[in-house]
Amino acid sequence: MAACVEELLAKAQRDEEEKLKSITVTKELELTFDVGHLLACDSNRVEARALKEDKEQFLRSLARDNTQLLINEVWKLRAERLQEALVVKLPETHTPLPRAKPPPKVRAITKWEEFAKLKGIQKRKKTNLVWDPSAKDWKRRWGYQRGGDDTKEWLIEVPVTAANTEDQFEKRSHAKKERVAKNEFNRLKNIARAQKIKVPGVGLTPVASQGKDDLSRAVSVARTSTASAGRFQDCLPKEKAPKNMGKKRKFDAVIGNFSSEKQKQLDLLKLMDGKRPKLDVTKAVNKQMREEDQEEAQKYKKGKKGGRKGGGSFGGKGGKGGGGKGGKGAVVGGKRRGKPGKR
Amino acid sequence: MTQLDGVIKPKTKRSKRFLDRRAPKLTEDVKTTMIMKGGNASLTVTQALKDIYSLKKPNAVLYKKKNITRPFEDSTSLEFFSKKTDCSLFLFGSHNKKRPNNLIFGRMFDFHVLDMVELGVEKYVALSEIKNSKCPEGTKPMLVFAGEAFDTDNEHKRLKSLLIDFFRGPTASAVRLAGLEHVLHFTALDGKIYMRSYRCMLKKSGCRTPRIELEEMGPSFDLVLRRTHLASDDLYKLAHRKPKALKAKKKKNISHNVFGTKFGRVHMQKQDLAKLQTRKMKGLRKRRGRRGR
Repeated sequence: MAACVEELLAKAQRDEEEKLKSITVTKELELTFDVGHLLACDSNRVEARALKEDKEQFLRSLARDNTQLLINEVWKLRAERLQEALVVKLPETHTPLPRAKPPPKVRAITKWEEFAKLKGIQKRKKTNLVWDPSAKDWKRRWGYQRGGDDTKEWLIEVPVTAANTEDQFEKRSHAKKERVAKNEFNRLKNIARAQKIKVPGVGLTPVASQGKDDLSRAVSVARTSTASAGRFQDCLPKEKAPKNMGKKRKFDAVIGNFSSEKQKQLDLLKLMDGKRPKLDVTKAVNKQMREEDQEEAQKYKKGKKGGRKGGGSFGGKGGKGGGGKGGKGAVVGGKRRGKPGKR
Repeated sequence: MTQLDGVIKPKTKRSKRFLDRRAPKLTEDVKTTMIMKGGNASLTVTQALKDIYSLKKPNAVLYKKKNITRPFEDSTSLEFFSKKTDCSLFLFGSHNKKRPNNLIFGRMFDFHVLDMVELGVEKYVALSEIKNSKCPEGTKPMLVFAGEAFDTDNEHKRLKSLLIDFFRGPTASAVRLAGLEHVLHFTALDGKIYMRSYRCMLKKSGCRTPRIELEEMGPSFDLVLRRTHLASDDLYKLAHRKPKALKAKKKKNISHNVFGTKFGRVHMQKQDLAKLQTRKMKGLRKRRGRRGR
């Protein structure tokens, strides 16, 4: 009886081994796998002689062995049944491959966004629909068939101050075009700012009304726009130099006025020797104001978060916020505080 | 197109979508391949290009007309085409007396050539010449590289990386086990590369893992390594740089021991024992009028 059992067990074991034999492959060096890419790398030496004898046969048997090993590796992963098909989740790949394009850059902050951040101005969502009183219907705020579309009006009241000959329709469309152009210009300026490109100074940008400074700048631009860069252009009597045109560096002669040079050196030494640092009042005041500004913005930010939950704990300086309007004042209060510089 | 970092603003929503699709992404799409032939191309080369196109099909563009360029001398026209069709891999075939039956495999980074490897075709068997059943289109192939040259030689290493990039197919998070049908086998020996493509049949083995039988499917190439143009180390490194957002953040206060048990460190605030609520009794209750002792 015992012998019979042993025999059976031995047979079962033999069967098992035979089964495994069909899927096992022995290699001198083990293959490296990257199952995420379904990739196997065999770094064993390829027998050149065997290849010469029967190329196709040899290559196929080599491929079969390697593929068998790769398949064994894949089958080790846990399979799931998904709509009558066995699906295996592939692991993360570890073979580094180059990207096709560099990773995306973070969009640079625009000048307005920077300013808004400093001041604590938050974006507010506008509703998509607006009430159009002439159509007596809700209409889209933007785009085709928008509500309150002032370009579609067939009649415009002429203001009392306007000249009779002025075309109001023309004026309106012109103003719109100007706004669009200004927006585009600002957009480009922001791009230039983000890329740290120095934009050549534009002589005159279109503005709604030209002031005295604009005029003088225009004159100076016109003057330097000659072939000799304005070298031979005369100035008018009593003409002032335009502002903000940048300074040109000027150097003293290498040898010459000794007394002035001595004086300069002495001045410098005196400055270095002086105990008190020189105080630039305007600069200091500006700095102080800016700091206060920032603080205010910070406080506003924090206050807004707390304000919603807590209710009336906002007013801080008393005055307007806390008084008559109560609840409403608590929410909007931070904005009503007037210009910080004017205190 | 590179969009010049958004200087040109799209005028319609449609063109905006188009540009967005082509903009650099954190996790990139599958690389597309452009397959084109030079001024002169032999029948072998033309057929080879077509066959490789059919292997790569959904993610490839086959250029039907001649393009008279020499990528190793001037790659600007290739870069232009890659920008136009948004392809970052290319295969260029040509034929002349000096270099007969020439295939150039290459890849781009930021629309500039990163790596280029020139391979001469010595023997070629077309896909249609072997009368066997083929794999369905768009199958993710299994890639096998054999030969020690792929691990030792610098050029071969790059070539291996290039070939993986070229033939790896769509990136998949999961695969159907029965769909593992296609095997591409590359063998490197004595400066030659034998590329074979087999159809893989899963046979019963008695245990869970099946036994594999291979059947040649084509196309098959015997290739010789010719000229190479490999990226400089720093450019190669730059191309491999992983964006910060994709890198896994290290979690604090979690550790594992040798057996894989997870440990967490917890920071507790010190408990104020004076305020501890002990058992409530009538006698100890605080009176309202009197405070403390």
